[in-house]
This record gives sequence, C-alpha cells and structure tokens, in this order.
Amino acid sequence: MTIDTKSGYRAAKGRGGALAALRGLGVALVSLPGAVLCFTLSLVSMALIPIGIGIVTTPYVLKGVRGFANWRRVLAAEWGGVRIPPAYRPLPKDANPWAATFGMLRDPATWRDLMWLPVDMTAGFLTALLPAALWLYPLEGFALGAGLWRVFPDGYWYGFVKVTGQVSALGAALLGLVVLFFAHFLTPRLLDVHFRLTQAVLGSGQGELAERVRVLTETRRDAVDTSAAELRRIERDLHDGAQARLVAVGMDLGTIEALLDKDPARAKELIAQARTSSVEALAELRELVRGIHPPVLAERGLGDAVRALALRLPVPTEVSVDLPGRAEAPVESAAYFAVSEVLTNAVKHSGADRIWADLHHADGMLRVSVTDNGKGGAVIGTGSGLSGVERRLGTFDGVLAVSSPAGGPTMVTMEIPCALS
Amino acid sequence: MRVVLAEDLFLLRDGLVRLLEAHDFEIAAAVESGPELAAALAELEPDVAVVDVRLPPTHTDEGLQCALDARRKRPGLPVLVLSQHVEQLYARELLADGSGGVGYLLKDRVFDAEQFVDAVRRVAAGGTAMDPQVIQQLLARQSSDDGPLARLTPREREVLELMAQGRTNAAIAGRLVVTERAIAKHTANIFAKLGLEVSDDDNRRVLAVLAYLDHGR
Repeated sequence: MTIDTKSGYRAAKGRGGALAALRGLGVALVSLPGAVLCFTLSLVSMALIPIGIGIVTTPYVLKGVRGFANWRRVLAAEWGGVRIPPAYRPLPKDANPWAATFGMLRDPATWRDLMWLPVDMTAGFLTALLPAALWLYPLEGFALGAGLWRVFPDGYWYGFVKVTGQVSALGAALLGLVVLFFAHFLTPRLLDVHFRLTQAVLGSGQGELAERVRVLTETRRDAVDTSAAELRRIERDLHDGAQARLVAVGMDLGTIEALLDKDPARAKELIAQARTSSVEALAELRELVRGIHPPVLAERGLGDAVRALALRLPVPTEVSVDLPGRAEAPVESAAYFAVSEVLTNAVKHSGADRIWADLHHADGMLRVSVTDNGKGGAVIGTGSGLSGVERRLGTFDGVLAVSSPAGGPTMVTMEIPCALS
Repeated sequence: MRVVLAEDLFLLRDGLVRLLEAHDFEIAAAVESGPELAAALAELEPDVAVVDVRLPPTHTDEGLQCALDARRKRPGLPVLVLSQHVEQLYARELLADGSGGVGYLLKDRVFDAEQFVDAVRRVAAGGTAMDPQVIQQLLARQSSDDGPLARLTPREREVLELMAQGRTNAAIAGRLVVTERAIAKHTANIFAKLGLEVSDDDNRRVLAVLAYLDHGR
C-alpha cells in the first residue's frame, strides 16, 4: 500500500514536470507571435493617430492587447498559481472612438501592457521555452547513444562531451539521463519563473487595491441607489396611506362637531367611521415600520427576528440560531432582509413543504443558510430576487452562494464578515 | 380592582389611567420604565398588570421581560401586555407557562373601550385575551393545508377564532347574536373535529386550542 502510494506520487510528479514542459512549449509557441503581432499593431495604430485612422483602430487593437494579456493572467493563475489582477480603468459603454482611444492611452495599465509585450517576446519566450528544451535535449543524447553518432564522422559536441565513438556516445546518453533527472525537478519551477516575470511586468502592484476600490465604488453606488428608492417608497406610502387617512379622520371630526346637535345619529355613524380610519392608519404605519426596521429585530436581535419571521410563513420552518451576541445594527438589518427575501422566495417558488434556516457566527463571519426540500432550479440572475440579496450583502462585503440543482434541494448560503458584541 | 400600569408615552399612559378609572379600576401605580415596573409589581401586589412591551431604559422588550419575570416569581399573576405590534413569538412566551391570566393585545384595541376593559377583566379573572391578529395568523397558516381545520364550517371557524381569543360561550353568543346553546353545539363540534377534550375551564380551553394550532407546524 505504502509503495503504491509512493510510486503513484512519483508518477504524478513526473507528469507534473512533463506537463509543465508541455505547457511551457505551448505558451512559448503562442506568445512569441502573439506578442510580436500585438506590439507591432499597437505601434502602427498609435503612429496613425495624427492622421485620424489610429483614432478608429487603436481602441480595437488595445482591446486585443488586453484580451491577450488577460489570457496570460488566466494561465498564470491556473497553471502557476500566480494571481495578476487586472487594473484597467473602466470605459463608458457608449464612448466614441476619440474618448475610447484617449481614455485607454491615459490608463497606466495600457502602458504596462505595451511594456510587457517586448519583455514577453524575449525573456518571457525563453523562460517558457526552457522547460521544454530541458525535456527535449536528453532525447538527443539518447539518440546519439543509440547510434546516431555514426552520422557525424568528425565528432559531435553534446554538452561538454565530444562524441567520437560508441563509448563517448553512451557518455552522451548518460549526460542526457542526468539532464532529464534535473529537468524532472526543475521544469515546474522554470515555468513558475516565467509567470513571476509576467507578474512583475504586467502586475501593477496596486491591482488588488484598484480592484477593491472598484468593488467598493460599485457597492456604494448600489447602496445609495437602494436607500434613495427606499426613501421614495416610504414617502409615497406615508403620503398615500396613513397621512391621507389621518386627514380623513380630522375631516370627520370637523363634520361630527357640526352635526353633534343637529343630527346625533349621523354624528355617531361618523365617529365609528373615524375610529375605523384611525385603526387602518395605525395598521398601515405598522406595516411600514416592519418594512423599515422590524420591531422584533429592534427588540431582540437577528435570531428571534428570524424566528418570528418563520412563525408567519405558511410553510413549516425550522430555525436554529447560534449567535453569542448581536451584530452591528446595519449588518443585522441587511442580514434580516436578506433572509426574509430568501425565505419568501422559497415559499413562493420552490414548492417546498419544509424549510430550514440556520444562523451562526464563526471565525468573524456571520453565516446564514436557508435550505428547502423543494424542486430546485433557483439561480442568481437579472430580475431574480437573489441578485437583489447579493447587492444588499455586497455593501457589507458579504457573499451569497446558491446550490440548487434541478429537482432540489435548494440551499442558499450567506456570509457577512462582522463582529458580535 | 387594583391595576399597575406601565407605559412610557405620557399621553397614552394618561389616557389609559383615565379610561381604567372611568371603569372603576383603582390605579395602584402608573410607571414609565422597566425597573419601576419590577419594583411596583413586587411591592404593590396588584390584581392585574397592564404593560407595554417596549419600555425604557433599553427601549427593547423590557416590559415583556419584566412581566415574564414577575410571573415566574408569582405564578398566575395576571398580566395584559400591550404592544404597537403583535408577534406570535411573544404570544407563545406569554402562554408558555400554561397558567392562564395572560393577555397580549395591540394598542389599537384600546380604541374600543368596552372590549378593552372586558379583556382586562378577563385576564384579571385568570382567563386569556389574545389579539385577533395573533389568532388570524395562526389560522391562516393552518388553513393553507388540508389539516382538520379545513373540515370546519365557516361559522365554526368564527367561533374558534373568538374562543382562541379567550372569550366565554356567553360572550361569543353575544358577539355572533345567537343563543348560548348554539355556541355550545358549535364548540362541541369543533372539539370533536380537532380531536380535543371538552373542558369547562375557559383558560384550559384556549390553551388547548392554541396548543393544537401550534402542533400543526
């Protein structure tokens, strides 16, 4: 058993070396012509800017360069485990060629791309080719040892061995074996060198920071949009609902005052009507408050608020809570409304007859999962309530994951980094 | 009948005092915060306490906690809880000890003075007064599937709703403008259909209904 594992491990490592060599060869063969083409086209296109043609072509060419660079970013991440986050400035979608050209030329990331191209076609090409060469060179040694030396009557240099006869040819084969031995260990590292080189030139060092800024800008815009829409909704609800009803009550009271002596029976009728209106106004205010900040959430916190929510659902829902404290109010509120939306979705669309909600806090993360035994097929997409939930959580760096194979079950998991107090 | 009243909004507290005094209740104390309420309940030993859920200093569920606490120390202490909103979660906590003498009503119910005073009296006498909203929520979720509730006639459902609020047969008969005998027949049918044992004790009756409704989840 142990031996099996060992040999298996060796084979995997051998494959790793060979695979790295093969990948290196692939990268080298595609990147050299690719980089040359991208670089030439970019230079020509930018040179043509003064006569106008370049204005039209440059955005396309630079987009092509970005595509090429992004392909290499993907390879670096997948094959070398080297992350090179892109840091391009976003362009407006409907930018005219003029704005697109100069917008891209003002972006430092564009110039980093252009500087990387010559590096990639020289040093990058070599570092990618070397792993392949290290695997191919021993083959030559073996071929010499096997009899190829006879073709070279005047002798042939293989490495530092001069091949003149069968003995020295075998020496060459031995040297090939030694090279192969080292290649076996070195090739993955050499390919790694290639990706590190790409990272050094192509990565901005601020890529991650720029990415973070982009995400924050986006989530802030979402949050501002959502809260503005929410305020408009509240204003409209108050204006059309409770406020209008209270005005009606006031008018009724005025009429009652006038009728009190003349027509007591009619006055009594109006009093009843005024009371109904005030009860309805209160009911509307209650609904409104529940939509802004649910009372149980304010009074008891997230755990009991979700329990109270579950009690109102038409589908039996089991809630388990393990929260040793309370999160900050905005986080609590976001988590509550996210859970509420997910539960409502489950009730409306899943066809489930049982739902489980689990809330707990571990490693600085609030984790909420909602599982139902319904028919599955839920997706995060445009127009689905789940993308709204995702945006809501995004404001707090929270994430949403949905597992919902057709036929069910559906499991929605939310995570929000936060501390409990 | 001596009442301890806890409500933090001055206008509402003042109104409640006047309303209860007009109906011959004696206000032993009208307080505005949790600690004051706890002290008043311990010292004055009132016949009934009327308590707002949300009270200072925490402005969370301080009033409800005080009431539950007082009932743990003095089982059966009649407590009527008022709130701006009603939640089944809180209703269940109040009913959990099964000893009756509890009520949980929306503050709006005060508008109908007669019914409100009736509820206070019922709670003081050891009965229950559950807000129709709580009962309707319970019934709504139950009737969505084909449980035994689906077998009730519309009239029987009406009777069940009033019964679950804590009303006696006589009160239900008055509400629905029929004879008490007719209500007795309805209740017997309901108990049979729900598989509940018939009981004379009003409080037990309500708890049985609620326990049944609860069980369906």
